[in-house]
Amino acid sequence: MNALDVLKAKYLDGIAQAAEEAALEELRLAALGKKGEISLKMRELGQMSPEERQTTGAALNVLKNEIDAALRAKKEALADAALDARLRNEWLDVTLPGRPRRAGTIHPVSQVMDEVTAIFADMGFAVAEGPQIESDWYNFDALNIAPEHPARQEHDTFFIARDAADPRPPHVLRTHTSPVQIRAMQKTGAPIRVIAPGRVYRMDMDQTHTPMFHQVEALALGKDISMANLKWVLEEFCKTFFEVPSVELRFRASHFPFTEPSAEVDIRCSWEGGQLKIGEGNSWMEILGSGMVHPKVLEAGGIDPAEWQGFAFGMGIDRLAMLKYGIPDLRAFFESDLRWLRHYGFAALDLPTVFGGLSK
Amino acid sequence: MKFTLSWLKDHLDTTASVDEIADALTDLGLEVEEIANPAGKLESFTLAKVLHAEKHPDADKLRVCKVLTNEGEKTIVCGAPNAREGITVVLAKPGDYVPGIDVTLGVGKIRGVESHGMMCSERELELSDEHNGIIELPSGEVGERFVDWLAENRPEAVDPMIYIKITPNRPDALGVRGIARDLAARGLGVLKPLEIEAVPGGFASPIKVQIDPALKEKGCPLFAGRLIRGVTNGPSPAWLQQRLIAIGLRPISALVDITNFFTYDLNRPLHVFDAAKVKGDLRIVPAKGGEEMQALDEKTYLLREGQMVICDDNGVESLAGIMGGEPSGCTEETVDVFLESAYWDPITIAATGRALRINSDARYRFERGVDPAFTLPGLELATQMVLDLCGGEASEVVMDGAVPATTRAYRLDPARVISLVGMEIPEAEQRRTLEALGFTLNGDMATAPSWRPDVLGEADLVEEVARIASLTKLQGKPMARETAGVPEPILTPGQVREKTTRRTIAALGYNECVTYSFIDAKSAALFGGGAEATRIENPISSQMTHMRPDLLPGLLQAAARNQARGFADLALFEVGPVFSGGEPGDQVTVATGLLVGASAPRDPWGSRRPVDVYDAKADAEAALAAIGAPARAQVNRKLDAWWHPGRAGNIALGPNVLATFGELHPKVLREMGVKGPAVAFTIRLENVPFPKVKTPTRPALAISDLQAVERDFAFVVDTGTEVITAVNAAYGADKALIEAVSVFDQFTGAKAEEQMGAGKKSIALSVRIQPRDKTLTDAEIEAVSAKIIDKVTKATGGALRK
Repeated sequence: MNALDVLKAKYLDGIAQAAEEAALEELRLAALGKKGEISLKMRELGQMSPEERQTTGAALNVLKNEIDAALRAKKEALADAALDARLRNEWLDVTLPGRPRRAGTIHPVSQVMDEVTAIFADMGFAVAEGPQIESDWYNFDALNIAPEHPARQEHDTFFIARDAADPRPPHVLRTHTSPVQIRAMQKTGAPIRVIAPGRVYRMDMDQTHTPMFHQVEALALGKDISMANLKWVLEEFCKTFFEVPSVELRFRASHFPFTEPSAEVDIRCSWEGGQLKIGEGNSWMEILGSGMVHPKVLEAGGIDPAEWQGFAFGMGIDRLAMLKYGIPDLRAFFESDLRWLRHYGFAALDLPTVFGGLSK
Repeated sequence: MKFTLSWLKDHLDTTASVDEIADALTDLGLEVEEIANPAGKLESFTLAKVLHAEKHPDADKLRVCKVLTNEGEKTIVCGAPNAREGITVVLAKPGDYVPGIDVTLGVGKIRGVESHGMMCSERELELSDEHNGIIELPSGEVGERFVDWLAENRPEAVDPMIYIKITPNRPDALGVRGIARDLAARGLGVLKPLEIEAVPGGFASPIKVQIDPALKEKGCPLFAGRLIRGVTNGPSPAWLQQRLIAIGLRPISALVDITNFFTYDLNRPLHVFDAAKVKGDLRIVPAKGGEEMQALDEKTYLLREGQMVICDDNGVESLAGIMGGEPSGCTEETVDVFLESAYWDPITIAATGRALRINSDARYRFERGVDPAFTLPGLELATQMVLDLCGGEASEVVMDGAVPATTRAYRLDPARVISLVGMEIPEAEQRRTLEALGFTLNGDMATAPSWRPDVLGEADLVEEVARIASLTKLQGKPMARETAGVPEPILTPGQVREKTTRRTIAALGYNECVTYSFIDAKSAALFGGGAEATRIENPISSQMTHMRPDLLPGLLQAAARNQARGFADLALFEVGPVFSGGEPGDQVTVATGLLVGASAPRDPWGSRRPVDVYDAKADAEAALAAIGAPARAQVNRKLDAWWHPGRAGNIALGPNVLATFGELHPKVLREMGVKGPAVAFTIRLENVPFPKVKTPTRPALAISDLQAVERDFAFVVDTGTEVITAVNAAYGADKALIEAVSVFDQFTGAKAEEQMGAGKKSIALSVRIQPRDKTLTDAEIEAVSAKIIDKVTKATGGALRK
């Protein structure tokens, strides 16, 4: 072993043994400092012959670099070890809860209205609105429901108090969203395609009825819109809304004063195991009333029935929500029980779209 | 409307099954609600014959019978006293369900003898209450199905009852014949002819009839009747009783049962007076008001002026077309009967029936409209039935008035029918349909039958054709959008705004509620409502008497209910209509959020603190920002009474209030039963201005490469000074250079007053100075600072804090 090998072994060994930065610094000075052993040997090079200088010089340089690298590596290792030790001491209980953040919810009625709107918007329907306190003309007469008509009694209407000095018939809380049909026709004329979601009121309160609930009305008028088109629109709607590959609808003749012909619409479903499944099974469930707009209703809306024709239908928003999301009790919709709101509510950013899917 | 299959077959010649009939009825618009088919539970039972019967070896009252069945000879142990050799019995085999005892049979061992079935009593098969012995049939072959035997020999026992829902436009379907006519038009059989023969009168009726001239115009166009003398009014025959029982009516006496039968069979309500109790003639008159009448429902009714009644010399005898009177009603002792058949005006009947709150089969039919042309034929048919069932002799018909003219015709446009329905129905089929329903076609004009008061235009012809053709068969046809390509947005800016507000507030952590639009008077009054104009005339509950003037009362009630369930910390909101009056225009949409209790649950980080006005303000500002409200609106304190007068404010543009936020008045909270603290905000969506020009282009971004300078200032001001005064003053110091002013601290309370003097507080502002074209020198910055100090101290009357 020559002298350089001895030096190398001494310093590399010392570096490996060093436990702290100060010891490393001592070793650096002893080897590479101004008066360090290797520096001194470098100085001796000048006294050597050129040949000797060349071999020894190269060897010295290698040794210097080697020790320098070892020092740096050890320094970094020591720093890492010190950091590791510090971080070990900085342990926190990460099972503790995060800082609280309230999570809000959207009511199922709002969510379903957005779903319905998204689907009909895709089929070219706009959204119309109307007042909830209505004149009896808009709520009844314009819809071909004469004052004596039995249907008028069957509507369980709420009336607004009327001053004795006011000769007008009392206003009503709209019993359906159908008056919006008339207002929309008056506003835009034909052709027209609108839906009108909103609150409606009937004097009825029991297990399955609340004095306020929600409906969505649809109206489509054109030159040749037929009941067959109505069926297609409803099939498309139901398929998309209930998020099933296909649905089967059954039209049954019925009677509404504002449509002629009129049809109740049933959807094929199964109730196996108490679970509703749309689109399969052997049961039929009534979901809405519909028909071709009555000529008198078109006239009330200022539209010529000889020129224009089309369909209208109305269905219950709350009921759609109950069917789709398995919500058992209508009354709970309006009780604002926090547990219910959290359980049946939707996240703020769950905005239903046709392209992204209606529900998660 | 209820009827049985055999009753239907009186009018309809058909071989269709009850299921086929039910499906057709529902499709035709006569929705089947229920079918009670007594044969259903008897399907499995067969006839058998007892070959031999002997006493059970171990039981005195039991017999061991050898019974011949369609599966050979069986041993059956039977306890019936009449179980004996030679009788034909009804057999239930192991595996059969016996309805009357609710048991599915197995092979049993009775006192050591195996029994392979059971011979049934009537009660065990729910045919009657008879249980003295097993059924002994007078005929029938071994192996024959019992239901087939019943259908042949006791059809009423297996007669399915069908219950259908009748829409208000179809009074004709309130008679079995009308239902049969619909089915015949559909092709489910042939409508049998109805033979009407006039019954000649043998004498003049001693009771005459007369209609008040005013009522002849509107009320009672036609009143007819006749006396039938010498009748015997006992129980009606079994077939008639069974008909009525099958549809849930109680047989009373032949005369009454006949009127009920005509009501349901031909939709021709009738009335029978005991002629001995009628004094003088019958007059149809308006009530004077104040008369009392004891009706057949054993209740006494007080009449109002103008209500249509039938009077004799004794007074009011009948509520015309609604219900007869008890004093002149028929009993078992009735010998001479006056049979009435009249046509009553639907509107008049409906009004009187509603006012008196009487629901009778007669009212139900007359107010929907019976066939006026059938008034006299119905009287003839009923007379004949009275003569057939009760004997007696009929007088000549007496009548006043005439059948009202209701004839009307509408054009049938076959092409229009096809266009409206979207179904290819050939013209010949359309015409055949209408004729089958009783329309008379003359060229393209269709005259409606007298029993269809609902047919009032061309559209009704379309409906009839479509309904008979079957809407179930309708196939959907695609409906293209009116314009091709990517559709335009369909929501109005107002609708978008409502949705944005709702989802923003939910994103801020509030739970959306939908509360009733009507509330109690007291709560309405607390929030500026409760006016007479917003009162509901006929509320369903005392908690729902007035249209809500504000969303807060409903949300506070919801909060109180949740607090009662143990939820103290709440963040609730609603977006919905509120009502300032009772006119259709008095409705605006607002969004209200309510925070109650603490800001957060208890946690290790100390996040929990009571909610305060600044929470509400922050959320109001976030919601306003989301719908594009101007960033720098003013805050004023012109507050409604339900807010804390010192801890609430309006965010406004001049007089236009966009939103209100703050603490609720403690008195209001107490009244509403909510345990505080509670803060809220209300956004008046319609008051927030829309941008004047709608463009997606943003203004150019102005940023400077020059370093901005932040300078902090603290001022000592009076405790009542609003910080906005200082902020606005600071902004005003140099509009070009001052980019932002923010409040970063305030120091108030006892300690602050100790340091700065009584009635004082300190506020600290941070001002960001942004050089525009060159870096500012120290001197320039000092100059701006001095100006800020000057402006703020002048505006607030305060001083720079040393």
